[in-house]
Amino acid sequence: MKKILIANRGEIAARIVKTCEKLQIEPVIVYSQADKDLPYVKDANIAHEIGEPPVVKSYLNSERILEIALHEKVDAIHPGYGFLSENADFVRKVENANIKFIGPSADVVEEMGDKVKARKTMQDAGVPVVPGSDGPLSDVEEAVQLAADIGYPVMIKASAGGGGIGMQRCEDEKALRTAFISSQNRAKAYFGNDEMFMERFISNSRHIEVQIFGDEQGNVVHLFERDCSIQRRHQKVIEETPSPFLSEEVRRQICEAAVQAGKHVNYTNAGTVEFIVDENEDFYFLEMNTRLQVEHPITEMITGLDLVEWQINVAQSKPLPYLQGELTKSGHSIEYRIYAEDPHTFLPSPGKIEKFQYPTIEGVRVDTGFSSQTQVTPFYDPMIAKVIIYAEDRDKALERSRRFFEEWTLGGIKHNGPLFDQVLNDESFQKGEYTTNYLNEMITKVEN
Amino acid sequence: MKEVTASMAGTVLNVLVSEGESVSAGQAVLTLESMKMEIPIEAAAEGEVESVNVTVGDFVNEGDVLVVMK
Repeated sequence: MKKILIANRGEIAARIVKTCEKLQIEPVIVYSQADKDLPYVKDANIAHEIGEPPVVKSYLNSERILEIALHEKVDAIHPGYGFLSENADFVRKVENANIKFIGPSADVVEEMGDKVKARKTMQDAGVPVVPGSDGPLSDVEEAVQLAADIGYPVMIKASAGGGGIGMQRCEDEKALRTAFISSQNRAKAYFGNDEMFMERFISNSRHIEVQIFGDEQGNVVHLFERDCSIQRRHQKVIEETPSPFLSEEVRRQICEAAVQAGKHVNYTNAGTVEFIVDENEDFYFLEMNTRLQVEHPITEMITGLDLVEWQINVAQSKPLPYLQGELTKSGHSIEYRIYAEDPHTFLPSPGKIEKFQYPTIEGVRVDTGFSSQTQVTPFYDPMIAKVIIYAEDRDKALERSRRFFEEWTLGGIKHNGPLFDQVLNDESFQKGEYTTNYLNEMITKVEN
Repeated sequence: MKEVTASMAGTVLNVLVSEGESVSAGQAVLTLESMKMEIPIEAAAEGEVESVNVTVGDFVNEGDVLVVMK
């Protein structure tokens, strides 16, 4: 491969450029009018504007992106995460244009994108799923009946959903009846598909995911787990690896289950199998993300590997460089997602970054698409940067994190930095004792 | 006179009330969209809508007056 188009924006576009440069591959950047002043766009040798700021007119405009890919005669397209990365139609269009899509096959993307189908596939693979519906729920009455069987509270989710959108917890029948209709409408509006399903609500849960990789030769390996339990609005804020909660025995089981899931669908390229883990360390499949994950750098830190390099190699039909037995990890890594949002209400807060400065510390990596004097616009995800910390063990990683957040500056814009100061001083977090409810509880504590 | 202000910067996705309409406390008067999030903006107290200062597609900043009530 000599030339790759990056069909994404912000930190992940900048991140993919780095690996391209290392491999002497020429990156082609595409950007919307809103992103024209971002540093990775200005620094690019080849960059094409693809349209107005709204995503449908730019980063989701597959026709325009393909046009540029053909014009630039690229060998492959890297979709990053979000946008077109899990769009099976786009994958097919790319392949029909004789361009490599850096990711799994269109069929696997499609199968895992349908959450009801994915549940069924995982059951067939012998991977435990959250107790719930066997297929889509035909109407609210069927939902009410099923909820009576599984027991409240229940979670209703959109079959085409993801990223925390289209899911809701229901405490009782009354709540379920209201939520079912409204969630259906939202799912229809967001995903063009109002199919819903139900799962038992698992309280005091952890969100643990496993990085997997497959090649065209049929090898599937795991690159260990990531604990992503620190969330707000079902979206991740802090991730770490190894999980401070899992026992060695369950760590082994959950990683093996993820490989089993990957093998069952003949998975190729990078993927993540997400699980929900209850207080007794029983784990259940939640969903599979058929792309590179936002939090992939913490896996890179403990394994010393470059996952984008792996992706590019696998896309060229090369076998995985290591087999399972040859893969090792060491140390501890934590990622903090810096969002342009109010640290108390978590409401988005776009604006201009006046100053963004951070110290160079060994074991600290900052992935960002922004710099001082750039604008965080309201059109896209509020993430400004990912701060990734590595150290020999968890305590040292926390210490290094504290040092980073004492020495950095991010000014001119509201952001969630103050939240990290609070979390890092909290005893439960220090001990690694937290669930997916952690941030909600912390906010409630502060309010009282 | 009571004002309903924007709790965040964003685009007006829809307007749910019109001038002269009575609204109750906690009723959503419009929806703002920003950074992939939709936030319903609610009236803090009951009253009658005197004016709606924005239209669908407008960009507003945090604190901007969206609806004036009497």
